[in-house]
Amino acid sequence: MTIGKTSKSWLGRTGAALALTAVATLFNPAGAQTLSVVMASKLTVLDPVLTASHQTRNHGYMIYDTLLATDLDNKIQPQMADKWTISPDGKTYTFTLREGLKFHDGAPVKSEDCIASIQRWAQQDKIGRQVMPLVTEMTPVDDKTFKVVLSKPVDLLTALARPSGLPSFIMPKRVAMTPATQAITDYTGSGPFKFVKAEFQPGVKVVYEKNKDYVPRKEAPSGVAGGKVVNVDRVEWVAMADSMTMVNALTSGEVDYVETVPFDLVPMVKASKGVTVRTLDKLGYQPMYRFNQLQPPFDNKLIRQAAMYAIGQDETLKAQVGDPAYFKTCAAVFGCNLPYSSNKHADMIVPSNIAKAKELLKQAKYDGAPVAILHATDIAMASALPVVMAQELRQAGFNVQLQAMDFMTMLSRRANRDVPAKGGWSIFVTTWHTSEISDPLRNYGISANGEKAWFGWPTVPAIESLRENFLFARTDKERKDIAEQLQDVMLDEGVAVTLGQIVTAAAYSNKLSGVLESPAPVFWNIKKSDAK
Amino acid sequence: MLGYILRRILATLPVVLAVAVMVFCLLRLTPGDPALILAGDSATPEQLEKIRAHMGLDRSIPTQFLLWGTQVLKGDLGVSLHSGTPVTSMIAARVGPSFALAVSTIVLSVLVAVPLGVFAAWRRGTRVDRGVMAFSVLGFSVPIFVTGYALIMLFSMKLGWLPVQGYKPLSAGIGPFAQHLLLPTVALATGFIALIARIARSSILEVMGEDFIRTARAKGITERAVLVAHALGNAAVPIITVIGISIALLISGVVVTESVFNLPGLGRLVVESVLARDYPLIQGLLLLFSMVYIAVNLLIDILYSVVDPRIRY
Repeated sequence: MTIGKTSKSWLGRTGAALALTAVATLFNPAGAQTLSVVMASKLTVLDPVLTASHQTRNHGYMIYDTLLATDLDNKIQPQMADKWTISPDGKTYTFTLREGLKFHDGAPVKSEDCIASIQRWAQQDKIGRQVMPLVTEMTPVDDKTFKVVLSKPVDLLTALARPSGLPSFIMPKRVAMTPATQAITDYTGSGPFKFVKAEFQPGVKVVYEKNKDYVPRKEAPSGVAGGKVVNVDRVEWVAMADSMTMVNALTSGEVDYVETVPFDLVPMVKASKGVTVRTLDKLGYQPMYRFNQLQPPFDNKLIRQAAMYAIGQDETLKAQVGDPAYFKTCAAVFGCNLPYSSNKHADMIVPSNIAKAKELLKQAKYDGAPVAILHATDIAMASALPVVMAQELRQAGFNVQLQAMDFMTMLSRRANRDVPAKGGWSIFVTTWHTSEISDPLRNYGISANGEKAWFGWPTVPAIESLRENFLFARTDKERKDIAEQLQDVMLDEGVAVTLGQIVTAAAYSNKLSGVLESPAPVFWNIKKSDAK
Repeated sequence: MLGYILRRILATLPVVLAVAVMVFCLLRLTPGDPALILAGDSATPEQLEKIRAHMGLDRSIPTQFLLWGTQVLKGDLGVSLHSGTPVTSMIAARVGPSFALAVSTIVLSVLVAVPLGVFAAWRRGTRVDRGVMAFSVLGFSVPIFVTGYALIMLFSMKLGWLPVQGYKPLSAGIGPFAQHLLLPTVALATGFIALIARIARSSILEVMGEDFIRTARAKGITERAVLVAHALGNAAVPIITVIGISIALLISGVVVTESVFNLPGLGRLVVESVLARDYPLIQGLLLLFSMVYIAVNLLIDILYSVVDPRIRY
């Protein structure tokens, strides 16, 4: 990927690309049952450690497997692991791999592969980066068993099992030895599907074929855990830039499955014959916003609170989603109805209370300092939110500048710590998958260690110490208490403010059966009927 | 003529160089960091720096330009920052649908628009003429995506005759190729037919008032022969000009059509690469487009002298 890298001749490459179609025909023998799928976004990066992109994570679940996994009830289940033991002091974890695990090249999965994969993953993953400094030893006991020794007891299982942006996928050791900031080029996994490299067209099509050597677990599938039984020969992810075309293709039978139907088109798809509309990802997404706490006016706690009172979840989510079936208002920073859910300060962030906001602004002697809201118009999941937020803030008396831009510009602008007049900002809005924010370690949006914190750069030492306490907590009760305290401090200080929770609608042909609910779209267990 | 063509080809070199420099500089001035997209929200500054270094973005802009320029001279446009795929491969994989769409659109537009314009001129002031002009206004005013959706609604969703979306290359057979290309071609050609027909009509009308047409008529030549043999040939220069402009417009105008009909062409690739700030890919694509523009202009200039012997270079 370096600029200076030399490569083959232009003619050679052109010839190879033009031959792609012929290759595709050869690879798709007549009679092969193919699942044609439109994913929410296109796949361009194939390394699930290099990027936290959801599409790359979904690709990871196709071709790789994980040591542990979470089921639909958020419980940790064995996946590649047959069993594990934890020493009484909580410092030594010993994992034993199940029988029959093989990589796509036929080589058996060994302990050394798992160790190398975990080491690479831990360099990039949020929890991995916090846990790895505590690992004093990670060594194979034999080909099927390895142990992880920690200097302090922490919950390693949760780190390895959660389906966050960077799940801990297991790769062959030779692949996992690639530096974590360098893209892998060998896509050998041990998962239920194989990646068909010859047919990959970035931004156009990704093809997977059934891994016939995969030995599924005996348990029923649940979430990203359990038996991954593949019932189709091929899965093709087709990229579609236009939502209407995607819906037309689904209703006319040209594609079988659409990961996310835009909210405004859901009624149309529901009215179509032969199509099922369902929410498969019950966790969904959490939109949230952060203030730039280095610059006026949000360097003032009272003014932050005024803004939080002014912005109401119901109004913003109605504009973004519309149908209340697909959103819920809730104050839980760590996800609604999840283990660390809390309702603390709901009165400040759930309803819009303009009168209270005005009162606080008066109290804070707000001088009309401009509030620049970064508005990424090309992010479908959050593009309407800043518009409503801006209006509510104006009603409260803020001097708001809503600045429209594309997502990439927003990413750059967000890093600018200056005042809005010098390219800085006051509020930005983003969206996380709920699995990425469901505990204080994973939730990067709550970081509050000043200059080193995530964009917004709040300085709240209590938050950082509570997060550390959470890392070393031994019981669920302890963890819940800490999460509750964190929510209290975070919202009081206006560190990160949730805007509620959104779930999306997937749609698929009635020819399909066995479509699973899961926090990431999965294509095992699906059967496709050939009936017209 | 050969000397002229050679001179024109040589003259394109500084233009291409200027385009390359401008594209490179403009991209570096645009806010956005491709490393950020890859690294994700939780990347540490150290990780971000490593990714930047791996992408070659940590080097000075002149160094980056020098490296890229050297590569381009060797026929290598570099690799995509995101997918790691060679840019030439990505362009080659996407050029088929765009080329097929552009050719079919121009062929259809010329085949329909020129006779339509000539016919309207011939029947000037009649209902036929007014009908053609009304179609021209409509065809030029209705956005492509409206035409596209309307065609899909009728021919794909209601009648089920043609596919909603997608592209099949010629290697998949002429039938599937034509089936997938028909609706996008009609949708895209509507505007060009309108444009070319209007120009053809007005050019013919202008020529029809010339002395040589009166002389031809006085010699007793049939009206059809006057139109085709005398008027059309002399009205060809503006028509060729507008066809040339149409080809140039096509290059930049296929984005919507490719999106509505899900054709994996160059138009979509441009949008995707810009949104992802995939510098080598954007640079490669714009370089290609500028060269096509130059080639089309050259071709048009040559055609002028073919259709009008008075024009000499």
